[in-house]
Amino acid sequence: MSKILIRGAKVLGGEPQDVLIDGETIAEVGTGLSADGAEVVEAEGRVLLPGLVDLHTHLREPGREDSETVLTGTRAAATGGFTAVFAMANTFPVADTAGVVEQVWRLGREHGYCDVRPIGAVTVGLEGKKLAELGAMHESAAGVTVFSDDGKCVDDAVIMRRALEYVKAFGGVVAQHAQEPRLTEGAQMNEGVVSAELGLGGWPAVAEESVIARDVLLAEHVGSRVHICHLSTAGSVEIVRWAKSRGIDVTAEVTPHHLLLTDELVRTYNPVYKVNPPLRTERDVMALREALADGTIDIVATDHAPHPHEDKDCEWAAAAMGMVGLETALSVVQETMVETGLLDWAGVADRMSAAPARIGQAAGHGRPVSAGEPANLTLLDTAYRGPVDPAGFASRSRNTPYAGRELPGRVTHTWLRGKATLVDGKLT
Amino acid sequence: MQRHLISAADLTRDDAVLILDTAEEMARVADRPIKKLPTLRGRTIVNLFFEDSTRTRISFEAAEKRLSADVINFSAKGSSVSKGESLKDTAQTLEAMGVDAVVIRHGASGAPYRLANSGWIDAAVVNAGDGTHQHPTQALLDAFTMRRRLTGRDAGLGQDLAGRRITIVGDVLHSRVARSNVDLLHTLGAEVTLVAPPTLVPVGVENWPCEVSYDLDSTLSKSDAVMMLRVQRERMNAAFFPTEREYSRRYGLDGDRMARLPEHAIVMHPGPMVRGMEITAEVADSGRCTAIEQVANGVSIRMAVLYLLLGGNEPAVTRPTGSEEK
Amino acid sequence: MDTHANTQATDARPVLEGPDIARVLTRIAHEIVERAKGADDVVLLGIPTRGVFLAQRLAAKLEQITDRRIPVGSLDITMYRDDLRMHPPRALARTEIPGDGIDGRLVVLVDDVLFSGRTIRAALDALNDIGRPRAVQLAVLVDRGHRELPIRADYVGKNLPTSLRETVKVQLAEEDGRDTVLLGAKPADQ
Repeated sequence: MSKILIRGAKVLGGEPQDVLIDGETIAEVGTGLSADGAEVVEAEGRVLLPGLVDLHTHLREPGREDSETVLTGTRAAATGGFTAVFAMANTFPVADTAGVVEQVWRLGREHGYCDVRPIGAVTVGLEGKKLAELGAMHESAAGVTVFSDDGKCVDDAVIMRRALEYVKAFGGVVAQHAQEPRLTEGAQMNEGVVSAELGLGGWPAVAEESVIARDVLLAEHVGSRVHICHLSTAGSVEIVRWAKSRGIDVTAEVTPHHLLLTDELVRTYNPVYKVNPPLRTERDVMALREALADGTIDIVATDHAPHPHEDKDCEWAAAAMGMVGLETALSVVQETMVETGLLDWAGVADRMSAAPARIGQAAGHGRPVSAGEPANLTLLDTAYRGPVDPAGFASRSRNTPYAGRELPGRVTHTWLRGKATLVDGKLT
Repeated sequence: MQRHLISAADLTRDDAVLILDTAEEMARVADRPIKKLPTLRGRTIVNLFFEDSTRTRISFEAAEKRLSADVINFSAKGSSVSKGESLKDTAQTLEAMGVDAVVIRHGASGAPYRLANSGWIDAAVVNAGDGTHQHPTQALLDAFTMRRRLTGRDAGLGQDLAGRRITIVGDVLHSRVARSNVDLLHTLGAEVTLVAPPTLVPVGVENWPCEVSYDLDSTLSKSDAVMMLRVQRERMNAAFFPTEREYSRRYGLDGDRMARLPEHAIVMHPGPMVRGMEITAEVADSGRCTAIEQVANGVSIRMAVLYLLLGGNEPAVTRPTGSEEK
Repeated sequence: MDTHANTQATDARPVLEGPDIARVLTRIAHEIVERAKGADDVVLLGIPTRGVFLAQRLAAKLEQITDRRIPVGSLDITMYRDDLRMHPPRALARTEIPGDGIDGRLVVLVDDVLFSGRTIRAALDALNDIGRPRAVQLAVLVDRGHRELPIRADYVGKNLPTSLRETVKVQLAEEDGRDTVLLGAKPADQ
């Protein structure tokens, strides 16, 4: 393979350096590197990060190819600066067998835009009753390490306990979608002042917090580790903070939209703001930012949830829950965390690359930008600022809450093991 | 007024008083030999009902016909909607037929708002009740009934409900009537107290412009009007209250409780009443209960709303200057 | 009719003053008695706003002349206007039909200014929905011409030839604090 010299990039936001890629590997990092025989990418003023890793993506294939496929989803990922995504199990059929996870994994390999790491279902059919063949999925070619019934909560305490215990045998992790189902029957939005006014069914914070509290205690009891998906409330932050202080092996993620948007937006009844867990209050948003900054929340994960137009172009109650996020995640993090001074670029690299790769055991991802490491990299023009235009999305779906909103930052290049997947903002 | 009527909260005090005053004139049409006005001749109004509500539909229909509008009734039952056609498609189909206004009743909160604001159609939208959100014409007819009974038909003209103490009792949580009334009565200067078991009061009620009490008896003696909300028996199964008997003992209005109201106070009910649950037959059939009057007033209010939204080239201005260019 | 309110025509000049108005109303009352042969079945219906006050004044004069009670009411024509769709909806005024109704009676419509005739056309339609008078007549304080419909007044206080660029403004004590009819020019920007 050819050589690529990335010249003058601020590696992790630091001093300008040259990065030489040779084949699939970073050959050299330094200043004044020779461009001899290498394709040069002038990166002056731009920030170079390790390729981003998303622990929470819905690629919809198999089953809902009208909203996203592995191809379109991984193209969206590359556009957003990602080099690895973890594909959630709530497909049709559900990714609860070795066959389905291998299919998704293979499709990702074939397309080559982004590594796809399938997440296996915890229970058969996401029904919460019977454990899926977690071991078989782990041993499959897909090598599943993360298990989740995301979209549904593993609400049965015994099933959750068994899953937490069982995955210890091969070092897996259960990622919990924390939502007490009885407390959220008919839930349409965050329960509070706005829901009272709008007459929409409430999704109380306690429905998330009570499950997180139970699960960290279960994890402690059985000596396993647990990952909390899309943590959305200030109370959840407090519980995770407490659990970590006790030494419980818990990790947590926050989505970009929960770092920026609040339930006030629901007043428009525009289902583009309908998401699960729901948008919360300003107080929650601030607590989530703080927790991401201080490490209580380990990572940002997109919960990229594509839906076809007709599932959002309707009345609120009839609309699907979810937002696309891969192509706007880094911009939202820059807006909410970097430009607020809460996190520097090294911190972003940790929360969006190193830590998710570690939690998901994505070998070769989330590594330091240094010689000998796999050349999974993303280059970011942080000075850019402009409106989000969904028409330009690589994703098959357009259900973004940011349409027309001005956000900072733009990914210009993405390299997956030395191969450019995105060049000057265009997919290869 | 705005182009649509989606929420009672969208009405200013002057808008609301204009509607009540206009309804007072509309009410007089009912006393004439020919109960019809030519005002909306050539305008087409569709009553788009995704939820069964014969009462509300008939009330709107009577109002529309008295104003000479062409009326299309569209009920979701047995229609393409039950075969999966969306609200958007249905609305656009109707608009293609040349509809000037859509009166919509929908089970989903916010559906009328979406219809009015999504760019799907150009017609004016009147909310005839959406989910547990709003039912603005109900609140208007309630305010109209209160003003007539408490202030007087003629004495009430131009007046709001400043200082009136209104108690709303029952399933506030699931009630669009309660939400609309709290908004409108507050705008009109009344003091509202909601009375319900805590399970039937929404989280977040603390931001509403009203008081909340769990004790009916303590509010009775200081109420100018008590509005009883329907309590569906099914709520019991979801553990909102233990038994029907316990509910009616604590929150039902019976003769003894009615006797503790001030002399002039009225008892209101948006209907349909669940006798024996929130109200006893003795109270429902008494002269203080305005349930039947409210039905009659509903037609006048809906005539007023339709006239003010559709009677001109644009919705009524809040303060018309009277007979300018005749 | 022209604008009553808010139009402060800068060079408006009075064409009828208080005593003139009283005099022409007395004259019209006498004419009504004469033409209606004693006015025993007359019902006066004023067209809001100022027509109602004029009708009440006429009724008082008729009662003086005939020594009999003269039924007087109001007829709001807003809902019957033919220009509804050219303006925002207007607030409604009161229609008050005297207790014995209008069936078989002589209804005299009373208005302040007769102009295009469209108000009277609307009033005739409105009457139609209320009952069947024996006959309908029209009394106006000022007829300023420029009819657009085949309508004429039976009793006219003052014929006032005007141009379309002029405004006629009637002020009555009950509404405006004084009695006067002003002739002015329309503001230039109209």
